[in-house]
Amino acid sequence: MLKNMKKSTRSNIITYAMVIVAYIVMQTLVSTGSVTNLIQGLLVPLCAYSILAVSLNLTVGILGELSLGHAGFMCVGAFVSAAFSKINATSIENDLLRFIIAIIIAAVCAGIVGILIGIPVLRLKGDYLAIVTLAFGEIIKNVMNVIYLGVDSKGIHFCITKASDLNMESDGKIIINGATGITGTPHSSNFTIGVILLLITLFIVLNLINSRSGRAIMAIRDNSIAAESIGIDLTKYKMLAFSISAMLAGVAGALYSHNLSTLAATSKNFGYNMSIMILVFVVLGGIGNIRGSIIAAIILTLLPELLRAVNDYRMLIYAILLIALMLFNSSPAGINFREKYGIGRLLHKNGPDLSETAGTQRAHHVEGAGKKGV
Amino acid sequence: MDFLTHLINGISLGSIYAIIALGYTMVYGIAKMLNFAHGDVIMIGSYVVFITVSTMGFPTILGIVIAMAICTVLGMTIEKVAYSPLRNATPLAVLITAIGVSYLLQNIALLVFGANPKSFKSVVPFEPLVLADGQLVITGVSIVAIITGVIIMVALTLFVNKTKAGCAMKAVSEDRGAAQLMGINVNGTISMTFAIGSALAAIAGVLLCSAYPTLTPYTGSMPGIKAFTAAVFGGIGSIPGAMIGGLLLGIIEILGKAYISSQLADAIVFAVLIIVLLVKPTGILGKPINEKV
Amino acid sequence: MAILDIKNLGISFGGLRAVDNFNLSIEKGELYGLIGPNGAGKTTVFNLMTGVYKPSDGIIMLDGENITGKNTVEINKAGIARTFQNIRLFKNLSVLDNVKTGLHNEFAYSTAVGIFRLPGYFKDERLMDEKALSLLKVFDLDGEKDYKASNLPYGKQRKLEMARALATSPKLLLLDEPAAGMNPNETKELMETIKFVRDEFDMTILLIEHDMRLVSGICERLSVLNFGQVLCQGPTGEVLNNPEVIKAYLGD
Repeated sequence: MLKNMKKSTRSNIITYAMVIVAYIVMQTLVSTGSVTNLIQGLLVPLCAYSILAVSLNLTVGILGELSLGHAGFMCVGAFVSAAFSKINATSIENDLLRFIIAIIIAAVCAGIVGILIGIPVLRLKGDYLAIVTLAFGEIIKNVMNVIYLGVDSKGIHFCITKASDLNMESDGKIIINGATGITGTPHSSNFTIGVILLLITLFIVLNLINSRSGRAIMAIRDNSIAAESIGIDLTKYKMLAFSISAMLAGVAGALYSHNLSTLAATSKNFGYNMSIMILVFVVLGGIGNIRGSIIAAIILTLLPELLRAVNDYRMLIYAILLIALMLFNSSPAGINFREKYGIGRLLHKNGPDLSETAGTQRAHHVEGAGKKGV
Repeated sequence: MDFLTHLINGISLGSIYAIIALGYTMVYGIAKMLNFAHGDVIMIGSYVVFITVSTMGFPTILGIVIAMAICTVLGMTIEKVAYSPLRNATPLAVLITAIGVSYLLQNIALLVFGANPKSFKSVVPFEPLVLADGQLVITGVSIVAIITGVIIMVALTLFVNKTKAGCAMKAVSEDRGAAQLMGINVNGTISMTFAIGSALAAIAGVLLCSAYPTLTPYTGSMPGIKAFTAAVFGGIGSIPGAMIGGLLLGIIEILGKAYISSQLADAIVFAVLIIVLLVKPTGILGKPINEKV
Repeated sequence: MAILDIKNLGISFGGLRAVDNFNLSIEKGELYGLIGPNGAGKTTVFNLMTGVYKPSDGIIMLDGENITGKNTVEINKAGIARTFQNIRLFKNLSVLDNVKTGLHNEFAYSTAVGIFRLPGYFKDERLMDEKALSLLKVFDLDGEKDYKASNLPYGKQRKLEMARALATSPKLLLLDEPAAGMNPNETKELMETIKFVRDEFDMTILLIEHDMRLVSGICERLSVLNFGQVLCQGPTGEVLNNPEVIKAYLGD
């Protein structure tokens, strides 16, 4: 039956199956008690990382723009959803219902932030776009560190100076406490919910890619001038990809924050370092290869935990892998080597070709400035 | 008087940003790539000075010269090994490689020197300048940073405009293919650009760590990114632009810290970058670049 | 009535008058050639017609609709499709998907329908596949429908670009040097294809070309552009024998 299907459909089914099988195997291992606490504790973050990697791949692999601020959207989702859950911890008693609402709120808020950031960012291209997304990611992290939010009988209080400036009544409860962040978020995340969210993410991204809008996005990636000439609205589809990517990162943030008792925006979990870690998953899994992103996220998260000795060298290995893979896939020597031995681009399917570039492409960073060259 | 103190601190920090930004802007202008690892070369340079001067007791000048030499070799090696094979690859591949190099340097430093911050002893021996009955204090580092910044900019401008090698650099940045046809050694020129940029990074590192004396493997990354912001602000590829951008950014950062919020200082700097790119994407002194249809 | 009517079209870049007082009228179903020495402003005329540049002055009417100053997307929707001098395919997409992107506005199911696979998705995708395949057949590309576009040989890439442009169901097709880089046999084949497209789709075609065999072989009328201005206009045979034209091409 699989043989008669379209290649893309078959590939998608394999991806879903892989996630489900991994889930069943893991659950069996957990129930038989053959998994250490350490690994068990990693299962939810792993789902969050996978969602982040898949969603970032939508921006990097499908839209073809490098975003270095993906953790910022995750940060928005994490804080908004955690604040919501904490405020409504008693008013909405059903844990699952509260979490579902929190996830939706996270997705919507991250999506809105994605659109707001996308409007200026998507006018840029290449290196400029990358550096501006980085800037936005850092701004989000910094702003999260100065937000104070509290609730009391009079309603919600907000300020950006210090907790005592909230001027709350005596029954007031601090929700977000500046750099200390949020403590006591209900622990609503679990592995099953994580996997379901990952499957939903895959469903959205894979179906998008194999639809009219997905083709439009990839057309823009491959050649924006030609895409325009056949009537594809560049802004609309860039924004679509970027905001869906941001929404999904927000969902990952909600999953992540409801797994932690303390949530603070540090550079390790929501800053530049996190954005780069996700990027490493995407690149090593294959730019444009959705399934690869998940595999890379799983391997790169579990492997260092399994091999403790490697853990100290983990980031070093990531760095070397990044450079080596780029050289292997894109340098003339790498291409010759691959042609000689008949190897395809390593871990690299469906994505943009990184080895060739039109001479003008590099120099062109600013679009929409109105005038184009003669 | 407070304002004046902040302003001078801003100019001092800005001069350091400017020196880093010069490295970025030259590499960007000529190799057309964002050398993400530039900030980490600064960090390596600082460690070299720390070891040679603070630990081994070398004279300061010797330490700085050694740091410049090591950074120059490092910069040229990075270019040769990681960047030059990707000269015709897409910007995405080059940028990811540069991020990889940046991470590599940070993590090598982490393994070699450890995560504990080293307290860097200022290499500037001058006493602070006290004016107006102690109301205005200008540190020695500030003075040295500003003077160094000016000297480097003048020297670089002269180098680019008056020497043959400088003209080759300008030619390569205009049109790499045509420069090659005119007999210019393009690879050599790019390599030289990395060498100059990296040597400047070593100087910037020493000044930076003298002004802000904690040294960790991550010391270089934030100033590096901010200096790139400065380079974009001033107009990427432009040497005076990098200087102006660096100074303005340093002033904005220090004043923002003093008068708005110390926690939001970085956010303010990045907001400047975003606004500049939206209002005038080519920066203050940049030239517009367009694609041919 | 003319399908395309351009009056007094002009544009300046800085002080350079790249196109000046350009007039052109093309009848429906016509095969029209725009020729001239390098740098004469031919591609600029195409860029003006497709909204890549906004004209400084003049009016462009397409089938009675004023499209002057509209953007590229609006102009494509109004009915002009083009190919490019330096081929611009979606090189990582399959040959079939390249043509399907051309059907983007004809089968415009929404993003939500696509993501959630609502009924409209399957119907529209099937129709798109059929239509794209029939277009590929015209260009003898149906055998390579699953190839990555960048893996096609050069000549076939040019054909694919034409197929993609035709997929947008234009009223007017602009071809920018379709025979560039082709050998005489490929050019001959291309001429047949262009004529076939015109007859099969009842298409109006305006093309820029340097290959005089192609121009004299298929174009019914010509405009010669030199230094941004029309040097001469008329039936192909007359224009090519005009001494001014010969002088512009060969020099004094």
